Amino acid sequence: MELTDLYRDVILDHNRHPRNFGALEPADASVEGFNPLCVDRLTLRLQMAGERITDIRFEGQGCAISTASASLMTEAVKGQTRTDALALFDRVHQLLTDDAAPNDELGKLAALSGVREFPARVKCASLCWHTLVSALKTPDAAPPAVCTE
Amino acid sequence: MNNTALKTDLRFDVAEVRREFPILARTVHGKPLTYLDNGASSQRPRAVIDAVDDYERRHHSNIHRGVHALSQEATQLYETARDRVKGFLNARSRSEVLFVRGTTEAINLVAQSYARPRLVPGDEILITYLEHHANIVPWQIVCEQTGATLVVAPMDRHGEVHAEAVEALMTERTKLFACAHVSNALGTVLPVRRLIRAAKSRGIATLIDGAQAVPHLNVDVQELGCDFYAFSGHKLFAPTGIGVLYGREAVLERMPPWQGGGDMILAVTFAKTTYNSLPYKFEAGTPNISGAIGLGAAIDYLSGLDLVGAHAHEHALLAHATQALGGIEGLSIIGTAADKASLVSFVVAGVHAHDLGTILDEDGIAIRTGHHCAMPVMDFFRLPATARASFAFYNTFEEIDRLRAAILRAQSLFA
Repeated sequence: MELTDLYRDVILDHNRHPRNFGALEPADASVEGFNPLCVDRLTLRLQMAGERITDIRFEGQGCAISTASASLMTEAVKGQTRTDALALFDRVHQLLTDDAAPNDELGKLAALSGVREFPARVKCASLCWHTLVSALKTPDAAPPAVCTE
Repeated sequence: MNNTALKTDLRFDVAEVRREFPILARTVHGKPLTYLDNGASSQRPRAVIDAVDDYERRHHSNIHRGVHALSQEATQLYETARDRVKGFLNARSRSEVLFVRGTTEAINLVAQSYARPRLVPGDEILITYLEHHANIVPWQIVCEQTGATLVVAPMDRHGEVHAEAVEALMTERTKLFACAHVSNALGTVLPVRRLIRAAKSRGIATLIDGAQAVPHLNVDVQELGCDFYAFSGHKLFAPTGIGVLYGREAVLERMPPWQGGGDMILAVTFAKTTYNSLPYKFEAGTPNISGAIGLGAAIDYLSGLDLVGAHAHEHALLAHATQALGGIEGLSIIGTAADKASLVSFVVAGVHAHDLGTILDEDGIAIRTGHHCAMPVMDFFRLPATARASFAFYNTFEEIDRLRAAILRAQSLFA
């Protein structure tokens, strides 16, 4: 268990310079995610064209793991279909919790695998992903807020 | 404060004290444990561990009911613990010492048994800005139940609560004043003597949340003159799940029981129940017997310590930490009251408190990160979270230096 395994360069870079950070107007879906334990809070906004995510941005404040995970997620799912994005959630969830999870084809998202050695931090990494699922699975424009407790 | 003089003049022997706390000898992630999370829960000396162990091995039984030897022994040990608490707080009578689960339960008891039957719409409960959630939410609940209003006295940017500002809010509508003795998030010591006097002179009942105070200050409830004083055992080197509500006897006598059940009654028929006398009226059901015994042992342990030396050592730790951490570029200390207990809350620019917590943990350093169950305090300083290093008398200057070095490492990782 090494700190450099958790805080890989990709994570540190996305924490310092989060991609797709800021407001998105108008949004087809806007969801809030909240982790009461560490007070990470983010708002995720999506623009959809039919089944496809055409744009996605996030705002909020959180630790390096939560910020980097959200940044990496928005990069990964922009342009994906709803079905692809939900499938990616399953793979990332497995990556964060299962030591035997394969990380091939995950690209930069594989950098999140270090989190599973730090159980107290898994919720930091998964908050944005649960928030995304809520946005994708709820058909109306204002899905319920997500809380990881 | 002259830090160097304090370090050399102490009769208090930290190395000897540390040997009494077995957990302090362990390692975490291959590093010596540096336990700086005493504000959340302190560690137990051997005396407490042994007292609980001895009870479990030799004396366990239910109390106040059996005629057999074990029940009498358990009862004797449990009631002796109550006497220890009475002495520790300088309560007038053992009837004024109620065993509860902790500070939270103590405050809820007062909210439901004292405040709820008395308050009517228009009445006010006065608290301060820096309270722990446990001294906010029970009052919000009772306000909802009764139509009373919760009034919050301000604090300044140093995290100080000024007596004049609180007194200005004490009116004929104020029926109860509740405040922390020491702030858990900031370390501020509140001017409780003056505030209690001010409240008493206006006929306002007073509750002091002493959870963070009892490990650091001498508390004398008769001298303070408060109606209620609450604290938790586990912050006072005793087990979790045991705490104390001190209440003035005359006030407790006029309060209805909070919970009904065994031990709090003298006689029960389906038509009428006669309640037991104090303190048993408020101790329904089988209590945390081993916890109470552990608390008694912790107080015994403390009474054998050089407490003047221990408190001086804590102040020297605070001075050292304030200097060592305050000198780090990009680090801001949150809570800079003139009178503070030995804890330092801080934020580091560019390093979120939660990341800092993980990085420090890798070095075996335990601190608390988050909102410290004081979200209004965090909102006041416009921060989501802080890191908090909270000290006990068994901490050392070297541990604070280790903390400083680890913070510098975190900064370079995130630079």
